[in-house]
Amino acid sequence: MTRLPLSLLVGGAITAAYLAAALTSRVWTPADPTAMNIARRLAPPGEAGFLGTDQIGRDVASILMAGAWTSLGIAAVAVALGAALGTAAGLAAAAMGGRAERAVMSLNAVMFAFPPILSAILLGALLGPGGGTAILAIGLFMIPVFARIARGAALPVWARDYVAAARMAGKGRARITLEHVLPNISGQIVVQLAIQTGLAILAEAGLSFLGMGVPPPSPSWGRMLSEAQTWIGTAPHLVLAPGLAIAGAVLGLNLLGDGLRDLTDPRRDHSA
Amino acid sequence: MRRLKRIGRRLGGLAAVLTLASVVIFALIEAAPGDPALIMLGTGAQPDTLAALRAELGLDRPLALRYLDWIGGVLRGDLGMSYTYGTPVAELIVQRLAVTLPLTALATALAVAISLPLGTWAAHRPGGGVDGLATVFAQAGIAVPNFWIGLLLILGVALGLGAFPTGGFPGWDAGAGTAIHALVLPALALAIPQAAVLTRVTRAAVIEIASEDFIRTARAKGLTRGQALWRHTMPNALLPVVTMLGLQIPFLISGAVLVETVFNLPGIGTLAYNALAQRDLIVVQNVVLFFAVIVLASNAAVDALYAVLDPRLRGRR
Repeated sequence: MTRLPLSLLVGGAITAAYLAAALTSRVWTPADPTAMNIARRLAPPGEAGFLGTDQIGRDVASILMAGAWTSLGIAAVAVALGAALGTAAGLAAAAMGGRAERAVMSLNAVMFAFPPILSAILLGALLGPGGGTAILAIGLFMIPVFARIARGAALPVWARDYVAAARMAGKGRARITLEHVLPNISGQIVVQLAIQTGLAILAEAGLSFLGMGVPPPSPSWGRMLSEAQTWIGTAPHLVLAPGLAIAGAVLGLNLLGDGLRDLTDPRRDHSA
Repeated sequence: MRRLKRIGRRLGGLAAVLTLASVVIFALIEAAPGDPALIMLGTGAQPDTLAALRAELGLDRPLALRYLDWIGGVLRGDLGMSYTYGTPVAELIVQRLAVTLPLTALATALAVAISLPLGTWAAHRPGGGVDGLATVFAQAGIAVPNFWIGLLLILGVALGLGAFPTGGFPGWDAGAGTAIHALVLPALALAIPQAAVLTRVTRAAVIEIASEDFIRTARAKGLTRGQALWRHTMPNALLPVVTMLGLQIPFLISGAVLVETVFNLPGIGTLAYNALAQRDLIVVQNVVLFFAVIVLASNAAVDALYAVLDPRLRGRR
């Protein structure tokens, strides 16, 4: 029995807690996250509810829980989209080489030129703002990220003896990719899934802060922060709570990713 | 001669990628709903005035020609007229750059000023107190959204201490001191996540280079640890740091849009964002192209710099 890395345990626990909060919010929250109560507006934590109330008297803890569902959901779907298409493109580039590989990598460079906020502005012009636009904007940026990683990890595998043996045995490039290359790079892809989901949560928060995420009344951490800015002097708890929620989620996923990396690649120098 | 050929191939690749990016931008904006002529004249416009304005704006010409018109204009520095501001888009971009360029430059300078000493010190004494601080900073810094750091700085420094303005930009006419004063907090908000990434990279690079044979040789010929660090380790460790600086540029640009919004700065990020809200699509189109050019050109520059900085890469490839 090998000892699990500490970062894996801590990151896994944080991530599990967020997942639990997001899933629970579908059936139960301390209060209705959309119920207004103007008489108890801007109440500090403890006075009304665990984390106080917002500018129209909604329970902050409940909005945070429901917001976890939005943030985690959009980030997860975007990363799944980017990881699937990006890994496929990276694997194909590594398998084909030559002109096809250069074409895939150039296409990558083009997509990399549009960070999520820019593509959201561009796609927002076409599709209007909303959850779907946010997923597309973040997911598209993830494609080149995963394509680079998949290609970088796949190229050394193609140089291995067992791949040469498989080729001599008459296996095609597609079959070798599926039977030998993909299993060998899956560890690195899983590590990136955790880390990139953290980045996607940051991107989603930024988009909804700008009003380009899910529309109200669906709760989102980014919009909570943009609404909180108006009340920053009178109700600082409204600024602190959603920011800590975002930072905690990203920290958890980053630690999880680091832990998974230590686990899947024991040769790596942990101090570097 | 071979070097010239290599540079030529790189530039050709950059031009191809830029062209593709511009086609994507043009196609998306073309497909977007919203007739510029209708937006300019309002919904009560007469059909014949509309048609006349469309012809004047060149909107009735074939798509491919209009794309070429646009690119031709871009190459001459003519980006068209903004529908809402009534000023040339190129002029708007230049005006707004007077905020965004100093903001991002100040943020990069702050990020380097924090991360280089912190990362180097941490690597010099691994496992020490500074190393622990650097590790915590690196983990926390990449997890916090920069716009939230901005809000915290407004809360703590601007409102709490009253040391800096909560937002807005007085313009460079108010004096360089006043203008830079207004950019300090936004730049700090933008710098902290960058500094976290760079601290991690610096620390890892210094540790890796310090264990190489040429550093042992340097120590063996009598250099102290500090001398070896300054003369041999640092110049080599800067390579990955510079690369990461280049790779961070897309995030610096995205971050600028958010931080400018938080601090209500009239920068190029808020220009793009407001233009989308007002459906001033010609501004959106050109600003996004402008950003894409910067990202792609800086990536190419990092590649080129890499070849110059690392003698082992010279003549290869």
